[in-house]
Amino acid sequence: MNPITPIINGLKITLSHMFKKPITLQYPDERPKVASRFRGLHALNVSHNKAKCVACYLCPTVCPAKCITVEAAEDANHDKYAAKYEIDMLRCIFCGYCVEACPVDAVRMTTTFELANYRREDFVFGKERLLEKK
Amino acid sequence: MGIEILGLPMMYYIAMVAKVLVAFVFVLLTVAYATYAERKIIGHMQVRLGPMRVGWHGLLQPIADGVKLFFKEEIIPTSSSTFAFLVAPLIALIPAFITFAVIPFGGVIEVAGYPIPLQIASYIDTATGRVYDLNVGALYILAMSSLGVYGIVLAGWASNSKYSLMGGLRASAQMISYELSAGLAIVSVFMLSGTLSLNQIVNQQAGLWYVFKQPLAFFLFFICSLAEINRTPFDLPEAETELVSGFCTEYSSMKYAMFFMAEYANMVTVCALTATLFLGGWQGPLVGAFPLLGPVYFIAKVYALIFVCMWIRATLPRYRYDQLMHLGWKVLLPLSLVNIVITGVIGYFVK
Repeated sequence: MNPITPIINGLKITLSHMFKKPITLQYPDERPKVASRFRGLHALNVSHNKAKCVACYLCPTVCPAKCITVEAAEDANHDKYAAKYEIDMLRCIFCGYCVEACPVDAVRMTTTFELANYRREDFVFGKERLLEKK
Repeated sequence: MGIEILGLPMMYYIAMVAKVLVAFVFVLLTVAYATYAERKIIGHMQVRLGPMRVGWHGLLQPIADGVKLFFKEEIIPTSSSTFAFLVAPLIALIPAFITFAVIPFGGVIEVAGYPIPLQIASYIDTATGRVYDLNVGALYILAMSSLGVYGIVLAGWASNSKYSLMGGLRASAQMISYELSAGLAIVSVFMLSGTLSLNQIVNQQAGLWYVFKQPLAFFLFFICSLAEINRTPFDLPEAETELVSGFCTEYSSMKYAMFFMAEYANMVTVCALTATLFLGGWQGPLVGAFPLLGPVYFIAKVYALIFVCMWIRATLPRYRYDQLMHLGWKVLLPLSLVNIVITGVIGYFVK
């Protein structure tokens, strides 16, 4: 087969691409449109001014990366609640199994994807920081 | 013209200095913005944006790059051969710029009553109006363009690094293989023109450009020139994927920038030479009536060819070493020889 035709075809393709609109997103200036079902940073759902979590331990059990730490306690009404709820974002694989496993719809995933930080400790999200994400 | 120095009017010297300055600044600016244009064009061919952040659409990018490289640390490997290491970038850079001395970039323009031929190494006899330029201009260019490879080989050898050495060796082998075909390809042009003076070659293309009489020679010369100046798809001396950065692996700061300037200046020179030999140089419609159109046509042709170089770079992957040698010796060399024979036979019968 002659070696010229593929080169000509390649040149045609690159030339046609030059007149296409670039798909680059100028990231810090332009924000990407994140899908509503995107699995980003976790958030604890709130109901009646307190977290819905009942510390049933289903999410740390199902978590394949073992990144969730829950410690249960008893509140004034003798209800079980999560005294400690930590997610280590360095271990999390954002599979969303915790959300699926939750029987009381206490945990969800937000569209936040910018999780960079300066120190390793800052990647462990405690209860307060998870609740902040309304 | 009152004052005369060595039998030439003062105006000659002023015009000469002005031409040198204009051509040098033009080549420097083109080199700087060729890097920008290359990144931009290749970016858009890959459906990307290219440089966007420095200035409007990244227009100040070459300046930012220059400033950055200028302030970088100069690293000279302790085991390198220091003198050769330092002198190699200069040897690569100087031939790239001095080839422009014989390329005519316009016809004869008149400034303050004194006619000036727009070619650096040229002289007009005001009495007869004849333009004299270097009568072996094409040979001078071939000689200078092959000098450039000494810088690369020297850089490879002096760096005392295996990658650099490989790059240098490849550059020399590639230069020998392709210089031959490039030289033979333009022999057919000289057979038509009967002269080596670039000025006369351009004048003879007033009617019909040589690219229409010698299409094969045009393609052969352009491809071989790409190989000679180490442009993709023939950038084996620099091959990032195999040789880190080839001959300039050990270079940093301005010395590295010099190699890049040499590479792009070579590209400008080769495109200017191709335009001169095959595309009629500064010839174009209405150039007789308005001599200032000459440089415009010339620059347009050179930039179009530079665009083609970048287009090829965006399209083709690098050749393998054996493919490069095969293409050079078994395809391009026989083709250029056949082209000479055909030109000779046709020329014999037509004349």
